[in-house]
Amino acid sequence: MNEILRIPLHTMITALAVIILLSNDVSAGIEQTSAPDFTLKSVDGRNLRLSEYRGEVVLINFWASWCGPCRQEMPILSDLHERYKSLGFTVLGINVEEDSTDARRLLGKMPVSFPVLLDNTSSVSKQYDVVAMPSTVLVDRNGNMRYLHKGYKPGLEEQYLRQVRELIRE
Amino acid sequence: MPVAPKAAVVAAVAVTRALVVVLLCVCLPSRAGVLPDDRADALYHSYDGGDVEITGPSVLILKKIGQNVALSGNYYVDSISSASIDVVTSGASKYSEDRTELSAGVDYMHGNSIMSLSYTNSDEDDYEGNTASFGVKMDMFGNMTTVSLGYAYGWDTVKNNTDSTFSEDIDRQNYRLGLSQVLSKDLVMELDLETITDEGFLNNPYRSVRYLDPGSALGYSFQSEVYPSTRTSNAAAIRSIYYLPYRASVSAEYRFFDDTWDITAHNIKLAYVHTLPGGWLLEGRYRYYTQTAADFYSDLFPFRDAQNFLARDKELSKFHSNTVGATVSYDFIENGSKYIDRGSINLSYDHIMFDYDDFRDIRNTAVTAGTEPLYDFTSDVVQVFLSIWF
Amino acid sequence: MLIKPCLFLLVLLQLSGCSTLEPWVKPYERAHLADPVMKFQRDPVSSAYMTHVYQAREGARGAEGGGGGGCGCN
Repeated sequence: MNEILRIPLHTMITALAVIILLSNDVSAGIEQTSAPDFTLKSVDGRNLRLSEYRGEVVLINFWASWCGPCRQEMPILSDLHERYKSLGFTVLGINVEEDSTDARRLLGKMPVSFPVLLDNTSSVSKQYDVVAMPSTVLVDRNGNMRYLHKGYKPGLEEQYLRQVRELIRE
Repeated sequence: MPVAPKAAVVAAVAVTRALVVVLLCVCLPSRAGVLPDDRADALYHSYDGGDVEITGPSVLILKKIGQNVALSGNYYVDSISSASIDVVTSGASKYSEDRTELSAGVDYMHGNSIMSLSYTNSDEDDYEGNTASFGVKMDMFGNMTTVSLGYAYGWDTVKNNTDSTFSEDIDRQNYRLGLSQVLSKDLVMELDLETITDEGFLNNPYRSVRYLDPGSALGYSFQSEVYPSTRTSNAAAIRSIYYLPYRASVSAEYRFFDDTWDITAHNIKLAYVHTLPGGWLLEGRYRYYTQTAADFYSDLFPFRDAQNFLARDKELSKFHSNTVGATVSYDFIENGSKYIDRGSINLSYDHIMFDYDDFRDIRNTAVTAGTEPLYDFTSDVVQVFLSIWF
Repeated sequence: MLIKPCLFLLVLLQLSGCSTLEPWVKPYERAHLADPVMKFQRDPVSSAYMTHVYQAREGARGAEGGGGGGCGCN
């Protein structure tokens, strides 16, 4: 410990700055595991089940109305849904708030083209072990989780595009 | 640098060093931080108390440029009209003055941290202040913890309206360390440490001290105040805020302060925030402050040149103050229009009661020197402001 | 003398392979924390002004806050 303390402060701060600058997004491919099935009510009252989408590529996006990057990402996901839905692709938005009032208000102001489900009890968030906001999971036509994105930073949509096209072609 | 202040600076560096070690040894999950939302605020402030009136605007603009950079600018003015006890007892008449302050800042977000740079300049007839600061803020542990480090360098010029040849400098350094920790889904705690060192002409060129002088009509005479040319201070604050299930919160804060002039101060602040349907927010607050005197302070020195350092500034005397205040805010744009996400108008009032334990009201000249009543006064502080998020 | 750079390298390596400490407040539980009532300083212009009012009249200065936490978003 003493050795560490004797390292000059400016060196340590430089090292810390380097590490911060080198850090990047945690966006990983994941081992093929089956995406947990769930049934949730959507904002327009219908019950939607994930297994009903078997055969299609699904992009599941966990979001909350109080989360800035989530709001930033929504129009991009809406465009993505519009663009590829005819090729067997769908975006499923899952709002994780206990009280859906703010989410409904946001969707009223900024409507999206994809179904939005309400996870009021956080059961699906727990099933998918959501540790970041927003979180995006890409599920292939066989119902397996293939890509996971934690968080959203502008430019991530390039990766979404690439991965969605790849999964559609399978 | 003198020996005593150097010890405090070494301590601050050691604390910073320890924190950097902690940061290097733990995981830095690489997730993006978030720049604050764009906003513009226009505030009108008014202070009225102790025969001093100060009013003026404060305008702030914060705007993101691109995705990773945010710029901010602030324009602030104090229009001062003062016939305070200090002014009146020094034989001067009521004076008016304007102090203008301009700041500009830039925030750069990378990964899970935000780096900030800012510059502030304040200008009045007889005083010019400059401060340049640098800060880093990092979110860690799944954004449960935020650590911030800051350093600021200041350089001021002190002038004298009655003597155009007078010009002295002050150099200042601030070292800041902050830690914000989410303890539960309803509880957040924050710890702040700050060390400040000043060097230069630290007193007021117009102010005097008084000493017993049997030969004079009043029983006392005046001489210019003499301050040490250095000062190092340390402040440590802990604050917490707790969410109440009906969209309200309660918060508490305690700050400890001490410095090389032997001043020790404590203050506590309690606040309760309550929201009402329709976009209303109410806050009620209470603050208590107490401090001991600087070791070179005296309301009445026994004779001329009684000490190397002499001060009679009530700011350095033993006193306490109580503040009660409230704020009412109304969100007039709740659902957001095309250009504006949210807007609120706010009215805030604080009533501060100052009580001096060793500073006498010498406007009262009918009594023996040293038996004048102790001074106290109250201030009314009003703020009216408009905030827009876009 | 060799121990200094070695320790440093060890720390850097640990960072690249480390697993994160699990946050005990999940991101979907952060709705309350994102509420404006939970901010220490809701209005920066107002907080800065009151700090100035007190600093100009008191001996104490510093640690007034203003370095608050994030929203829990990424």
